[in-house]
Order: sequence, then C-alpha cells, then structure tokens
Amino acid sequence: MAKYNLKINGKTQQVDVDPSTPMLWVLRDHLNMVGTKFGCGMAQCGACTVHLDGNAVRSCSLPVSVVGKGAITTIEGLSADATHPIQKAWLEHDVAQCGYCQSGQIMSATALLKNNPKPTDADIDAAMSGNICRCGTYLRIKEAIKSVASPLTPNGGKK
Amino acid sequence: MTTLNRRSFLKASALSGGGLLLSSFIKVTDTRPPVVDKAEMQMVFNQLNGFVKITADNVIKIMSPNPEGGQGVKTSMPMIVAEELDVDFSKIIIEQADLDTKHFTRQFIGGSQAIHQGWKALRTAGATARQMLMEAAAKTWNVPLEEISTKLGVLHHKKSNKSAKYGEMATAAAQIPVPKDVKLKSVKDFKIIGKSQRNVDLEKIVSGKPLFGIDTKVEGMKIAMIVHPPAMGLTFKAVQNELAIKKMKGIVAVFPIKIFNDDYEKTFFDTTQFNEVVAVIGNSTWEVMQAKKSLKVEWKEAEAYAEKRNMNGRKTTLNIPAGLESSADHAKKFVEKMTQSANVRRKDGDIETAFTNAAKVIERTYNGPFLAHNCMEPMNFFAHVTDEKAELIGPLQKPEFTEQALSARLGMPLEKIDIKMTRLGGGFGRRSYAHWLIEAALISQQVKAPIKLIYTREDDMTAGIYRPAYAAKYRAALDADNNLIGFHVKVGGMPQSPLAPNRFPAGAVDNYLAEDFTIDTNLTVGSYRAPHSNFMAAAEQSFLDEVAETAGKDPIAFRLALLKRAKENPVGKNNDYDADRFAKVLELVREKSNWENTKATKKLGFSAYFCHDSYAAHVLDLEMKDGIPIINKVFCAIDCGIVVNPNAAKNMAEGGIVDAIGAAMYGKMTFTKGVPDANNFHNFRMIRHNEAPKAIDVFFVENTEDPTGMGEPAYPPVHAALANALYKATGKRLYQQPFNEYLQT
Repeated sequence: MAKYNLKINGKTQQVDVDPSTPMLWVLRDHLNMVGTKFGCGMAQCGACTVHLDGNAVRSCSLPVSVVGKGAITTIEGLSADATHPIQKAWLEHDVAQCGYCQSGQIMSATALLKNNPKPTDADIDAAMSGNICRCGTYLRIKEAIKSVASPLTPNGGKK
Repeated sequence: MTTLNRRSFLKASALSGGGLLLSSFIKVTDTRPPVVDKAEMQMVFNQLNGFVKITADNVIKIMSPNPEGGQGVKTSMPMIVAEELDVDFSKIIIEQADLDTKHFTRQFIGGSQAIHQGWKALRTAGATARQMLMEAAAKTWNVPLEEISTKLGVLHHKKSNKSAKYGEMATAAAQIPVPKDVKLKSVKDFKIIGKSQRNVDLEKIVSGKPLFGIDTKVEGMKIAMIVHPPAMGLTFKAVQNELAIKKMKGIVAVFPIKIFNDDYEKTFFDTTQFNEVVAVIGNSTWEVMQAKKSLKVEWKEAEAYAEKRNMNGRKTTLNIPAGLESSADHAKKFVEKMTQSANVRRKDGDIETAFTNAAKVIERTYNGPFLAHNCMEPMNFFAHVTDEKAELIGPLQKPEFTEQALSARLGMPLEKIDIKMTRLGGGFGRRSYAHWLIEAALISQQVKAPIKLIYTREDDMTAGIYRPAYAAKYRAALDADNNLIGFHVKVGGMPQSPLAPNRFPAGAVDNYLAEDFTIDTNLTVGSYRAPHSNFMAAAEQSFLDEVAETAGKDPIAFRLALLKRAKENPVGKNNDYDADRFAKVLELVREKSNWENTKATKKLGFSAYFCHDSYAAHVLDLEMKDGIPIINKVFCAIDCGIVVNPNAAKNMAEGGIVDAIGAAMYGKMTFTKGVPDANNFHNFRMIRHNEAPKAIDVFFVENTEDPTGMGEPAYPPVHAALANALYKATGKRLYQQPFNEYLQT
C-alpha cells in the first residue's frame, strides 16, 4: 500500500492503495466517484475513459502509481448539473439508451473537441472508435459532437 | 426450452384488485434515487405503492413499474399514465418501482411487450386517479361530478369559479373507493402520447450520477467475484490454495457455492452454465481481482444429466450431454441433422408434388453462430441476506421469476425478499437469467455481510447463456411462369428451435412445409434481442431475395404479391400476421428510400420481418471501399401502432439497426473443447463508431392501433438487408454469419 495525493477535478484527494490499483477502481471504490464505468478492464471498450492532463485515457489500465502530479478529470468534473456544452448536446440529442457507456463516450468526445474543435467525421470516428456502445447510439453521439463543434444547433438556431 | 407464453402470466389487471393507491405521502426526496445509501433507499422506497402518488403540497409522482434497460419504458410508461391523469409531464417526478407483485403485473423486460401489454393498465391507472381527484373535488365543493373538469394538474368547477391543484384534493381522493370502468381519452385528444419526451434519466446519465447496479455501495459492503470453470462441460471439484488466497491483502473469504439445489425444478429463467462456482470476497474490487487470478481450482468433467423444468405446470426435461464440445463438431451435427427427419410443424397443400412439378428449385442453407450478449455493464448484484430478510439491489429483467427462485434456494418466504431494480446497463435478454442474483445472495448469507458481486468482462462473456447456434435449409419451387408454388423450411437450433411456423410466407404459398429439430448441447442458451427471429429473418429474407432474383422479380414487388395473396386468399387459418399492415411497411420504405429510382444504380438491400407484434422493413444502401462495406444509409419503416414517444422509438430503431449490423458482420462465439474462444472485446468484435451507418431514417406508419413492440422488431430484418446489399455490391451471396469472415473468402 502507498499513499497518493491525486489531483482530481481540481481537488487534491489522498488515497492509500496498492500501487498497481487502476485509477478506475481508485475512483469507484475508494473515492465513491462511480460515474466512470467498468466495462472490460483492458482498454478495449472505453467505458472508463477519463482525462489525464486533458487527454482521454482508459482508467481501467492506468495504475495509480503512474498518475503522479497529472490532473485527472472525470465525468463528475465536467459539471455536476449537466450544463457542460457536451452534456447539453447529449441532452439535446436524447443520445442515450441504457446509458452505461455514455460517460466514457462523453469524456472521449470532450477530449477530442478540446484538441480539435472542428473535427471532421473521420476525426470523430478516429477519436471515438475506442468507445463501444452495445445499444448502438453512435449516430446520435456523432450528431451531438458535431452540434458542439458547429456554430449551429440541430434546429438551426445560433447557440 | 426456455420459451414462454407471456400471456399465461398476465394476472388480472392490477387495478381490478384495487391496486391503484392514490396516497398522500409525507416525505418527498429526490426520487430517481441514487442507489448509494441504504438508509436513504429505505426512506424513499418503503412507504410507497401504486402508480400515482400526490402529496398535499402537490408533488405528483408516477411510478414506472418495469425495469429500464435502455428501451425507454421509464419515460414512456409514465407518459401513458400522465396522459390520462392530465398533468404537465415536465413537472412530475418519475420513480422506478420496486418489484411489487401486489400492485403491478408483468414487471419485466422481455418480448418488447411492456407498452403493448401495459397500454390499458397504464391508461386506466392515470384515468382512475384523475377520476378520484374529480370525485374528491365534487364532494368537497358540493357540486355535481359532471361539472368538474381538469387541466394540467388542476381541478376546475367553472360555475362556482373554483379550482384546486391535484395536491389539495389528494388526501380526500385517497379516501374515495377506486372507481370501475373509468372513461379513457380518445386517441385524437392525446397531448403527451405522440410528443417526444426526453429520457427521464438522461441528466443523471450525462453527469455520472449513480444509477446502475454496479454503482451500489452501502456501509460495510464487501466486494465479491466468482471463478467459474474455464470450459463448458466442466464442474467444480476443489479449491486448491484456499489458505494462500485468504492470506492475500484485503481478502475476507473463499468458498464454493451451489446455485440451484439438485432437486430444484427449474422454471423459465433458472438457467446457469455453471451450477457450482467459487466465490472470492474482499474489501475492494482490485484486491479481489488479484486474488481471483491467484486462485487455483481443480475442475472435473460434468456428467450428462436430465434437467427437469416446470414451466408454469408444464413439465419438460432437457438432456444435457457430457463432454467438451467444439464448434467444428457442432457444424457436423447440423449437417447430419439436415439429412434426417424433423418435426413437421406446419404443412399446407402437397409440397412433394410442387417440387416435383417445379420448373426451378432453389435450395440454400444458412448458419448463425452462438453469440454472447455483451451488455456494457457486466453482470452484478448487491445482496444483503440475514436470517430475517434478503435485500437485493441491481439490474435484472425478470425480478418476479428470480425472486421465486431465490425464495426456493434460501427457503425464505417471498415476503422477506426485497428486490430493488436499478437501471440496467443493457439487457438484451442476458439479464433474464439472474443466476448471479442467487450467487450474490448465497455469498452474502455465508459471509454475513452486505456484498456486491461483480463479474469481470471475462466472467461475463464466458459464463454461458448465449444466443443459440442455428442452421436453416430453405427450398423454393417456382413454376414455368416464375410463381412461387412451393416453400419448405427446415431449421434447427442448438438446443432450441427458432421456428415460428405460422409467420410469413406461410399463408401466401399453396404448398408449404415448416419443420424443425434441436440438437442437445451442454452450452446454455437464452433469449438474445429478438430471440430466434434474429436468425429466422436473416435466413428467410436473404433466401427470398435470391428466390425473387431467380424469378426475375423485384424483391419488394415479389413480397408484396405474396402478401396480397395472403390477404385476399390466405392459405391456412393460423397465419399470425396481418398481411395488410405488413404490406404497408414495405410500401412505405419503398417510397421513402426512392427504391424504384435508385435500385439500378445503388447497392441496395431490402428485407422485412414481423415479430413482437410489430412490422419492420429496411432498405440498406452501401458501397464497398477497399473490400470493406461502407453503409451510407438505412431506411427503416415500422408499424408499431401508436408511437408513444417518437424520438425514443426512433432511437430504438437506430440502435437496433446498428446493433444488428454489428452482430451480422462480426458477431460469433465459438468453442474449442468447451472453452469459449472469445473472452473480452479484443477477441469478440463489436461494431464501433466508424462501422456504423452514416445515416438512418426511420418512418412510422401512422395509425391508431394500440401500440406494439419497439425494442426488438427493428433488429431482425437488418441482417438480410445487409446481406442482400452486400450481394449487390460484391456479387457474393452470404449464407453464414458473421459476414465479415465470408466476404473475404
């Protein structure tokens, strides 16, 4: 066991865990932040996506010991009340079905738009193809991302 | 066979027994409850009953009875209640009901039936509550009931200029005897039904709030995992290093559990691949995962046995063979069975003569593999079992059945078992077989603590309960004028037959034969989104495309001619589809896709199917790029009667189409000596963003028929629409799934 001071959503949080513990389980089990989801445990499905210094990473395969001073952002860190532009786009497009994969989808999308505010369809595919949705909401996810990337809302109004 | 005549489970309406409780309740907490704190849960849940609850200070709550797994019922079922109650949908609180057999019937996910079968009860619940409020107002104001009207949660008496919010009359209304035969609205007066409402949980979903079973956490809770045999056909023998595991950091206990007792008569959903597994319990998930990896278990080959089942009084026996099975052997068995006699399920006319006299005979064989469900939320359940009671929290599809199984296993009466349903991170049939709930309960009972059982993805994918493997041989006889004079299907499944013998094209062909067979296996199977239809539609609609082509006919016109025959002069009496409604979806998708004008230039595939009481037809438009299909667009027409929540229904159709393209292109689960060949998403390929269609247009047939299924019907026709479009693009007919493997060869 070892103590880690982690910077999560702008706050420093201390945990005492085995160094091999993935951030996913640090968040879920030790910090009670359950928005980040367990899907595969091997960085294949993207349900556990968080940001490490602004980049999308799979927290199930990110040992706490390598995070160091890196800033972690989770779905809870976007906004608590669904007011982040991406969250609003998800609401506007009524994206989710079961919803389980969506926090991972949203974190991948947020990282994409941060680094590439005007992604093409191919950019979106490339950035999002690590996130599986068994319900098949991919088209709505893409539309939601594009609505944030473009100055027009799907209804044609200005944001 | 785990098939279920769902109608046989319908009890009298909840309302006829006075089930509607229009209660005043005191404490209102936020009600789409985070399953986090046990004390809070008890406070929120235990006092509440019925569909409609209104506080004196006018908080209106509608209970959503069925589990929500992405099919949207937590929004659409309360919409139906709210319509008749006459309230502002945006202002009500919606809450997931617990399993509550006193007040609700059919609290389960299955067969796309929630809205279809709940339609009348939900409407009556809303209308009855409204009537009671009106009666209370009439009594309070001392005016005739006929003079009371309502508008968006407010009662009015125009003559005396009196009005009151529902809340002001709620306490009085709760004293009114439940009225019978309340009048329901006319369809044309609907204000909520038919207007898109957003998923009521969406804000919580996008902000990462606890909603799912796996998010459950209570004080003192331990984490449990199971280790099951590595191969189908193996069973537990002994734990070899129990002491070493117990010494590992954070580990509390290791022991085997037996899910069903030997003498237990299983019912519909009591299915598990491995009846004995080893439980590992510890303080945190990661610690338990480490211990699980270090655990050494001795397994042995299971013996053949006859599994006794009692399906609501109908007793059956399923033969479970011994041995370690491989997919190569399965394929041989299907080939062998095709040459042997099968069960005749329907026979019209003289099939032998039709084929003897045929000018052309077409014969094709189709195969579909086992498939894992792969819900994104791995199987999990919370349990806290004491001598006094059992408290269970988590995602499951058939709580009433599972509760009965648990009651039998624990020897605990149903009243002492409390099942709370969380949102399901996907179901697709898999969460009907809640053996993991029983596992969780047994583990909690033994460690005397609240526990949350979590399956790893590998546990989830390799624990059995797959879509059955199938094979179908179709034969068609055409006369010299290219009329379809004979149709023969022989289909089998391992271990369940997928045949629905009275579906199209039964009724449209004079000489028709449908027969089936099963093959025993020790692999467990279960419902998988649109059970059996997902294969039957794929095979039949691919075949009909080839038959139409051989006959030199347009594939849509060919089917429409058959439907015309079935409507005007049907063969046989038991045809279970409405030919007219079926034809309308074909016509609608033909028109919307501009089929007639584009079929010569574009690579279009057509397919249509009727199941779960709804009709669906697709036109899929694709092109090949570097040997890979790029799906430009899917046009989808559906007749599911009245569409309750249009945007959500559209989402279901889109999702069904994407999901089915994934299964058709990439999905397979094969076995080598009993070991599943895939165990996680690196070797079980799922459809991803870049492989989804670029666009999907969904069109609903407008009518005033009572609503029917939407969760499944869009799914089955997809495989063949894709296969038929791939044929146009590549010249290659696809007879085996997954298509991706056969496109390359």
